[in-house]
Amino acid sequence: MEKKIRVLVAKVGLDGHDRGAKVLARFLRDSGFEVIYTGLHRTPQEVAMAAVDEDVDVVGISLHSGAHLALVPKVVNYIREYGGNPDEMLILVGGVIPTDDIVELKKMGVDEVFIPGTPISEIVEFIKKKLPEKRKKK
Amino acid sequence: MNAEEVVEGLLSGNRRALARAITYVENEYPESKEIMKHIFPKTGRAHVVGLTGFPGVGKSTLVSKLTEEFRRRGKKVGIIAIDPGSPFTGGALLGDRLRLDGMDSRKALWTDPGIFFRSMSSRGRAGGLAAKTGDVVRLLDAFGFDVILVETVGAGQSEVDIIEVADTSVVVMMPETGDEIQVNKAGILEIGDIYVVNKADLGGAEKVERWLKYMLSLDEESVQMLSQMTHADEAKVASGEFFERRKGWSPPVIKTVADRGEGIKKLADAIEEHFEYMKKSGLIEKRRRERVKRELFEIVMNDVIKLVKEKTNYRDLIMKLLKGETDPYTAAEQIVEEVIQNAGKG
Repeated sequence: MEKKIRVLVAKVGLDGHDRGAKVLARFLRDSGFEVIYTGLHRTPQEVAMAAVDEDVDVVGISLHSGAHLALVPKVVNYIREYGGNPDEMLILVGGVIPTDDIVELKKMGVDEVFIPGTPISEIVEFIKKKLPEKRKKK
Repeated sequence: MNAEEVVEGLLSGNRRALARAITYVENEYPESKEIMKHIFPKTGRAHVVGLTGFPGVGKSTLVSKLTEEFRRRGKKVGIIAIDPGSPFTGGALLGDRLRLDGMDSRKALWTDPGIFFRSMSSRGRAGGLAAKTGDVVRLLDAFGFDVILVETVGAGQSEVDIIEVADTSVVVMMPETGDEIQVNKAGILEIGDIYVVNKADLGGAEKVERWLKYMLSLDEESVQMLSQMTHADEAKVASGEFFERRKGWSPPVIKTVADRGEGIKKLADAIEEHFEYMKKSGLIEKRRRERVKRELFEIVMNDVIKLVKEKTNYRDLIMKLLKGETDPYTAAEQIVEEVIQNAGKG
């Protein structure tokens, strides 16, 4: 049986804007993925443990609060602390992220950043293209 | 991780290994057989509790509050929450985990090492469970969870597979889902060891409670009637599990308001009482024997089908069937013959 792609769509921190995350979750579902949505106001620890327990292939973190440089590396580090391997996963960030910070986030282990206006098909294709490369590292 | 690493990790309490084992089993990786073989001797200790009911009655919220309550009682809790997979795309939106919030310690539930939550897609299977639910229950059991909560897909009237994996089945209702005829229909309303009327703060909760209690009193009368019939033993055999389930256990009806935590202690008490009753009455062995038998037959079936594909000329027979040169029954007999003859040969 072909391995289903599992995606965690996460909202981290004090940020109540979840329309984008919910729409993304819905379209990823329609693209054949198994999508787990965390709901609002999760801590980096909560998202990290969910990523490990649910054994997801992709962690998509949605942020509109401006706290991405503080919170995203914490998620990545906690995944490692809980025994997971973030290098085997695609770590994606979506939201209002300034261009300079995108460079920073990528240095912190983020595979790609999607800003408002990104067509969802682009996200789906990115996952389908990049995930096999990541899996080879397992 | 190979099978050996997964088994070793799982049995020594490594969550990562447990998570990986579930992935292997769920996707039928070659490693899964080896894993299941090794963990099987470590299973049989956990209390498996199923929660089922129509979509939106509050199953996930109840699971969350029950988890918190069982943690307070010092028990480790594993959770399998199943949501439907799409028949069209194969995708799924698994939206049970997001209800995992306690009353007084919401942060703790998501990162509590005594809780493991796994979302599963039914992947198009009917019946309310995912195909590999039974094996995933065993993995959680071997890992050492005391209570395993299995939340079904939001079920329809006839989705009753939960009784095949659960020691205790909880059927969740809410007000305004129909009248007393609905409550007396066969199927999902027959299978409860415990009934819950959730959202009991809404109007009409007492009505549902009354109907359920009336329905259950008729169950008791049915059991009495079956015992008094001239051919009582035949009647009991014919009504099988129904007779057994209702003998000596009157399912309680419990009102809850899950999001406010009301009625949760009472529900947890009832779940524990039912487990004690199952153990004392010997019913648990009976139910588990049935479960093991069914699982064994399923595995044998799969192996036999594999043999048929590898060792027989089933393709020729299919062509003959299409041309009308043979019929399915004769073809099946021929295939069985061939399997018996060829199975021994490498």
